[in-house]
Amino acid sequence: MEHLAALQVIVPLLAAVLVMPLVRWPRTAWVVTTGAAWLTLGIALGLLRQVLADGTVHYAHGGWEPPWGIEYRIDALNAFVLLIVSGVSALVMPFARLSVQREVPHARIAWFYCAFLLANGGLLGIAITGDAFNIFVFFEISAIASYALIAMGRNRRALLSSFQYLVMGTIGTTFLLIGIGFLYIMTGTLNLADLAQRLPGVTDTATIRTAFAFISVGVCVKLALFPLHLWLPNAYTYAPSIVTVFLSATATKVAIYVLLRFFYSVFGVEFSFDTLPMGTVLMPLALLGMVLPSLIAAFQTDIKRLLAYSSVAQVGYIILGISFATSLGLMAAVLHLFNHAVTKAALFMAVGCIVYRTGGAGLDRVAGIAREMPWTMGAFVLAGLSLIGIPLTAGFVTKWHLVLAALDSGRWPIAVVVLATSLLAVVYVWKVIEAAWLQPRPIGAPRLREAPAELLVPTWLLALASLFFGIHTDFTVGMASRAAAILLGGWP
Amino acid sequence: MQWLGLYNYWIVIVLMMTGFYIVIAQSNLIKKIIGLNIFQTSVFVFYISLSKRDGGTAPIYVAGTTDYSNPLPHVLILTAIVVGVALTAMGLALAVRIYEAYGTIEEDEIQARDDSEQ
Repeated sequence: MEHLAALQVIVPLLAAVLVMPLVRWPRTAWVVTTGAAWLTLGIALGLLRQVLADGTVHYAHGGWEPPWGIEYRIDALNAFVLLIVSGVSALVMPFARLSVQREVPHARIAWFYCAFLLANGGLLGIAITGDAFNIFVFFEISAIASYALIAMGRNRRALLSSFQYLVMGTIGTTFLLIGIGFLYIMTGTLNLADLAQRLPGVTDTATIRTAFAFISVGVCVKLALFPLHLWLPNAYTYAPSIVTVFLSATATKVAIYVLLRFFYSVFGVEFSFDTLPMGTVLMPLALLGMVLPSLIAAFQTDIKRLLAYSSVAQVGYIILGISFATSLGLMAAVLHLFNHAVTKAALFMAVGCIVYRTGGAGLDRVAGIAREMPWTMGAFVLAGLSLIGIPLTAGFVTKWHLVLAALDSGRWPIAVVVLATSLLAVVYVWKVIEAAWLQPRPIGAPRLREAPAELLVPTWLLALASLFFGIHTDFTVGMASRAAAILLGGWP
Repeated sequence: MQWLGLYNYWIVIVLMMTGFYIVIAQSNLIKKIIGLNIFQTSVFVFYISLSKRDGGTAPIYVAGTTDYSNPLPHVLILTAIVVGVALTAMGLALAVRIYEAYGTIEEDEIQARDDSEQ
């Protein structure tokens, strides 16, 4: 049990190596990947239990004590992020077999699962590690695997989308690398906790401020903060359905976790938000990021692209929570990491069902589709309500805390903006619902069958989860308030 | 002339901006990859030079030496070079696939072909 922390990353990475040669046996590749994904989820749950029982878990790799060796350090915040990443990848796998069979050429299926496991292991690695340079390496592992995954989309535009993501992503992670270099010059350490202890002695220097700037911009590219989000809409639109589900629920979330870690735990809230005006820098970007992409989403004719722009807007909500630098704001941000992952995964899975039956996600294809695929579109409606933030859904819990945080810090106009952007979400979600439920099927359109149960069950599980976590908020709110306390309290 | 003494950092800045400019200004995908490589290399040079001490040797015990260079950033950069090679391979592979699909690797021409297809 003491090696759980290491296994969290080793299991998916080893499984990736096992899966790679199974080119002729795609089904076996899927079985191995599913096994690894569920085992990873089990490990994440085990770690979460340890953290809740005994507090922060430390793991020194190879027995080299930190700060010399690489340390894995798990507290309530990253245990929660690990649960999000491994939970989504485990739930995605039952869905993946049919969807991947339909969308990825037969000869590449094993490599697809290999890249999926690498991306999964990379994201888990970012979340679990307590070492700054390790974060960079895992960022690149997950990013390179994601580029390959996106490029496997059927439309040839997937290739250029992947290339553009590669260029922007590489600039982002290289900025992070420069920032880590500056931190290393000034402190002589790469261990995050050790950095947090040594930084206060040298914070009043241009070097540390430069490091802060490079790290912020680099990570903001990865988390797709408006206006650095340009890679995201195309990448999500043209990637295979399953990749969109996985990346939208995990990749940007993990990058947000890194931002939280650096701003609050490493640099400390005083430096980030009092010495440097990060609150006033992030807040306008977050607000613009909530409003403009929501407006753009309302004009899209492809459901995947519409939801991709909505994802940019949702990142805006999370960054808004972070920019308050208060306990309530952080709670809203951490809550939304989870709630948005569940909601958006359910929505993109419903879209995956549509793509499975109709071959595309254009709004024209879904006209009247709900009569023939009521279960798929039912799940879409349920998760759509959560995206809007209707009471009794997970989305509402976040928005409630976000509005409370805005009022608590005396900024009521921001509370108004949050509510107004929810109305914009009504507009774009309604656009899909209206097309699917109210419009007639085009004359002569082939009769569609409901998506197979293998796709529907995971979709409904996530859709119901977005309802469940709107009603039973004890777990998510409890985790969020623990995480906020850790972030604001500084690292012991 | 203290700023001349820091010439290695000036090289880093010049390389970094050159690479960054190529990535932004060029529409040829291969040139973009070259730009990315220059950009990353500047960071490698930065890491390597920041750990070098004047007169410092490799951190191996030799009688009579007391000045050592810090080996850790050098090792980090070995990892970063591997990452850079993987990224370059990925970018080039994508460029090949794009060439097969579009018959060009100029970004504006690719976009024009996609637009005319609609």
